[in-house]
Amino acid sequence: MITCAEAVEQLWAYLDGALTAEDKEALEEHLGFCRVCCGEVEFAKELRGFLARSVSEDLPDDVRARLMSTLDELGAA
Amino acid sequence: MRGGRNNAGATSVFQCGDAGPSDGAQTADERFRLLAEEQLPRLYTIARRLIGDEAEDAVQDALLKAYRGFGRLQHASAGPAWLTSILVNVCRDRGRARARAPEEVSIDVVGEFSLYRKIADEDPFPYSDSLHLDFLAQFGPEDVRAVLARLPELYRVPLVLVYVDGFATKEVARLLDAPLGTVLARLHRGRKLFEHELWDYAETNGLLLEAAR
Repeated sequence: MITCAEAVEQLWAYLDGALTAEDKEALEEHLGFCRVCCGEVEFAKELRGFLARSVSEDLPDDVRARLMSTLDELGAA
Repeated sequence: MRGGRNNAGATSVFQCGDAGPSDGAQTADERFRLLAEEQLPRLYTIARRLIGDEAEDAVQDALLKAYRGFGRLQHASAGPAWLTSILVNVCRDRGRARARAPEEVSIDVVGEFSLYRKIADEDPFPYSDSLHLDFLAQFGPEDVRAVLARLPELYRVPLVLVYVDGFATKEVARLLDAPLGTVLARLHRGRKLFEHELWDYAETNGLLLEAAR
């Protein structure tokens, strides 16, 4: 039986599908009766989505223009 | 950590006039330009996340190195991954150059920190029905960028590549020329540090106070 601390250590790896079958089984057994760690799992899911969504970066037109100039110069070299 | 194995350019010569992966009647210069132009938005996005304000310079450096090494690219289909690996190495070199202190962080620094439990224990928004989501909602894109910028490059790079750009951990190991176990360990510490720094940033920048009003 794993502890809450051990379960929390493995949550992201669990969501990544990176745990061994044995570790996954032990974690899921723990999650079966621990509401706090179930909350940790749900929050870890939210946090992953939050990280992916929060830092979208568009290529500004002026930066694109300067980088395209670099490509023009390379082609002319 | 070693760097630069994938970093084309240092010893190469200009050879794009008659080299590079072949695709019909296009010249190597044309093929390179097509590949680079198509990948510019993605490269810039990755660079911004990895190195912030130096992104444009990093992409420019990567384009120069890629151009010089284009003749060594065997298959056109590998072009995007090849460009990415050059860019990641440029960003790492720049990150290392500006780092002022050793970056290895002991797991003891963040210990068993759990942001989930910290939020629940501190209860920053007493009238909230969705405490944890409300905490995350306080962060705008600039805040998240600032939190990521606080992380040492050693941890920020794999964290961003996996959880923002969607690379598999094995791909990241190849991009960084590092053993998979090393990448997994850095991801683990990076996640812990990210959680820790989110809380610290929220506290020091008044995000909790503003929301509680």
